[in-house]
Amino acid sequence: MSIGLHNSEFKNPVVRWIDQRMPVFTMMQKEYGTFPTPKNFNYFWNFGALAMVTLMIMIATGIFLSMHYTAHTSMAFESVERIMRDVNYGWLIRYVHANGASMFFIVVYIHIFRGMYYGSYKAPRELLWILGVVIFLLMMATAFMGYVLPWGQMSFWGATVITNLFSAFPVVGSFIVELLWGGFSVDNPTLNRFFSLHYLLPFVIFGVVFLHVAALHITGSNNPLGIEPKGPQDTLPFHPYYTAKDSVGLVVYFMVFAGLVFFAPNYLGHPDNYIPANPLVTPAHIVPEWYFLPYYAILRAVPDKLGGVLLMFGSILVWFVLPWLDRSPVRSMRFRPLARIFFLIWTACFLVLLWAGGKPAEGHYVLIARIATAYYFAYFLVILPLLGRLERPLPLPESISRPVLGGGPLPSGAAAKPMEKA
Amino acid sequence: MLRTSIKALALTLGLFAAAPAQAAGGSVALPDVKFSFDGIFGTYDRASAQRGFQVYKEVCAACHSMRLVSYRNLRELGLSEAQVAAIAATVEVQDGPNDEGQMFDRPGRPSDRFRRPFANDAAARASNNGALPPDLSVIAKAREGGAHYLYALLIGYSDPPAGVTLMDGMNYNKYFPGNQIAMASPLNPDQVEYADGTKATVEQMARDVSTFLNWAAEPELEQRRAMGVKILIFLTILAGLTYAVKRKVWADVEH
Repeated sequence: MSIGLHNSEFKNPVVRWIDQRMPVFTMMQKEYGTFPTPKNFNYFWNFGALAMVTLMIMIATGIFLSMHYTAHTSMAFESVERIMRDVNYGWLIRYVHANGASMFFIVVYIHIFRGMYYGSYKAPRELLWILGVVIFLLMMATAFMGYVLPWGQMSFWGATVITNLFSAFPVVGSFIVELLWGGFSVDNPTLNRFFSLHYLLPFVIFGVVFLHVAALHITGSNNPLGIEPKGPQDTLPFHPYYTAKDSVGLVVYFMVFAGLVFFAPNYLGHPDNYIPANPLVTPAHIVPEWYFLPYYAILRAVPDKLGGVLLMFGSILVWFVLPWLDRSPVRSMRFRPLARIFFLIWTACFLVLLWAGGKPAEGHYVLIARIATAYYFAYFLVILPLLGRLERPLPLPESISRPVLGGGPLPSGAAAKPMEKA
Repeated sequence: MLRTSIKALALTLGLFAAAPAQAAGGSVALPDVKFSFDGIFGTYDRASAQRGFQVYKEVCAACHSMRLVSYRNLRELGLSEAQVAAIAATVEVQDGPNDEGQMFDRPGRPSDRFRRPFANDAAARASNNGALPPDLSVIAKAREGGAHYLYALLIGYSDPPAGVTLMDGMNYNKYFPGNQIAMASPLNPDQVEYADGTKATVEQMARDVSTFLNWAAEPELEQRRAMGVKILIFLTILAGLTYAVKRKVWADVEH
């Protein structure tokens, strides 16, 4: 490749001048304009874009909140209430940020569900999937530290319970906990470092999202049929087709988001977090934010502390190796009659754990959580590896256009065609 | 497409259904009472909130602080500037230091926060049999059930049922978690004299002060809901437009 100006196709002289020297316009045109995208996406494929928009909303509102917030144990609670009362539209910024965290998790959970159902983690998209799991872990850390900042009762006691989990690790446990606390209990140094990290991590997330998207644009998107596009007849340029379709999803998403922010802003929160933190008074039930409840249920389902902590972390870490646990060459669960049933049961178990995590850890709640936990891991470690060998998938369509254009039943040759390893 | 949409909906609903289950608490059902600010379009009944402020000032404020609320905020309840200034001026506020380095007392101003009944938490405990009367600024957001719970608590006092023995200095309240509350029944019939002639029954005062406390906790409620209605109308129209655009763009694609 020779050195010199980039051969730009843009006509506008200013755009052309910049693009010849730094071809960002060519790049945007290639990645978001003409980018070939499978033509058969359903609305589940909106959720990546929704997550991206939510991340930007969270960063924007967070920057404005931090202009008014005071990260000190004696002032944090009051500074948050000052934002609610005395900052112009402060209540709006804070409620968007607080509910935005919940919306972010709803969107990302659906995005992950989509990836699991349609086999988006399979070759050649393993790294894309792994980067997604990294984003999710970073999101969890960011959300946890953000919830500590208002310094209410659940902030304080949630932080105490979660940070104490690390003490279960042998040898290094107490060292990690003291490092997190910056002392010997959750106190002002903890609040300060959590604020600092809560500001930092979203930008780390942004960086990994960039890598996630970069990897996506190498392999191209998966689609509901789980087969690779065979040619231009199977794809559409991203713009205007998917910009238009994502816009529909985005506006509907904003309607749900606005419903929460304007009419039920504290619905997903806990009343105890409007009580200032008090290290001498323990709440009756310490519960994390709703999006952590499945893992909290797994933690409490195990009678042993270290075992519970390992299973809790393991419940997400197992996602990293999902591409190698599921050996079936067929991606989409549409063509996997058995796997689809087992996966929907897994989804139900996840929701059961979410419910059980909000209940006191006693009686039949623990039993239910244990059964759901057992299935959660059995699905990944036993059922999926076995299904990859035992299941007879349904015949795959010949191409993305075929089932649409052909209309009637597929020629018998399509059924025997092995799934290509792209 | 429909099937997958239903699945997405079910997933979302599952997430939402889990949230309120968190803190059900297992206490008795709250009495059925309707507030003007209930529902999606509710607003504050100004007259009730003003009466509620009177109840707070004459009854609750003896023990409970409201340190996040300023006198100037009372303008939002419909009081005039002069009325607010007069209310603020009835309290003595410590200020300073002055040029000589001395602290001094002065009459309150509208910009002052509500005066606290005790200098600090230790003093509050010492005067209340060891119990700390909670600050009431955001109490309506800090209790499951909000204003409905506050109302229930205020009318929920009675003699303990047979077989229940109370600890020393405690009172029986059927809506309080554990049923033993340090606060004695604060409201008695005709305890305050309403200027507008409303009869000051216990239920009336409880309703008024619950309205006032909800306003104190969520002063933005009316502005928030009004804005929300406008934004949802705008988004509904925009959803129709974007869907029409999407249909038009996709019209030539077989899919």
